[in-house]
Amino acid sequence: MYAVNFLILAAVLFSIGVFGVIARRNAVMVLMSIELILNSVNINLIAFAMMNNSPEGHVFALYVIAVAAAEVGVGLAMVLMIYRNRRSIALDELSVMRG
Amino acid sequence: MRAILAADVNIAQNVGFYIVAAIMVFGALRVVSGRNVVHAALWLVVVLGGVAAQYVLAAAEFVAISQVMVYIGAVMVLFLFGIMLTRATIGEESDLNNKNWSIGIPVSLLLAGTLVWVIVDQYRGEVLSSPDEPMSTTAISDVFLREGLVPFLALSFVLLAAAVGAIVLARKD
Repeated sequence: MYAVNFLILAAVLFSIGVFGVIARRNAVMVLMSIELILNSVNINLIAFAMMNNSPEGHVFALYVIAVAAAEVGVGLAMVLMIYRNRRSIALDELSVMRG
Repeated sequence: MRAILAADVNIAQNVGFYIVAAIMVFGALRVVSGRNVVHAALWLVVVLGGVAAQYVLAAAEFVAISQVMVYIGAVMVLFLFGIMLTRATIGEESDLNNKNWSIGIPVSLLLAGTLVWVIVDQYRGEVLSSPDEPMSTTAISDVFLREGLVPFLALSFVLLAAAVGAIVLARKD
C-alpha cells in the first residue's frame, strides 16, 4: 500500500469540497462541502499515523471529528435563524449584516 | 526509497482501497453537483461511510467506529433536519448554485493539481507497512489521558458551549 494512495484521495476530496464551497448557493450545501474538506483532512491524519505507526494521528482525527460535530450544530442553528429572519438561506442574498 | 517487497503489497487491501475510493469520489462529485438537496445529503452518507471503510483499511478501527457513530449517526440527522426545516419544496431545485459557480472549476482543478504534484514529489514510492494488528484503543486512550488531557477537557467544553450556543441561536424567543 503506497502512502500516495491515501494522500491523493484526500487531496481529491479536499478539492471537491472547495469546489462545493465556492459553487453552492444554499447554506446547508456549503456546510456539507465543509464536511467533505474535514473528512479529507482526517484521511490525511490517519495515513500519517499509519506511516509513523503512532497513535497521535488517531487522537488528532478524533479531535477533528468532535470539532466538526460542534461546528455543524452551531452552523445549522445559525442557518435556521437566518431562514427564520429572511425566509431564505441563499448565501448571495446575505450581503447586509443587519438583523 | 527502498525496494518494494512482495510481502509489503497486500492485494486485497489495494483492491478494496481503489473500489472504495472510486465510490467516494463519485459520491463527493454528486454531493457538490446534484440538484436535489436531500439526494446530496444521502450521497454524503455514502462518502462518509467510504471514509470509515478507508479508516478500517488503514488499521484505525476506533476512529472508524467514531466516524460511523458521529457522522453517519448524528451529523447526518442534523443535516436532514436542517434541510427539512429550511425549505418547503421537495424535489429538484434549479438555483442551488451561484451565478458564477464555474469559477470553482479552475480553482479546484488548480488546487488538486498542486496538491497531487507536491504529494507525489514528496512521497513517491513510500510504502505504508501494514501493521500486524490495528491501533489499539488502549494506545489512543493513553495519549488522550496523558499528553492530551488538557486539550481533551478543552474539547469537552467546546462541545458543551456548542450545544448551549446552538440552543440559544435556534430558540424562538
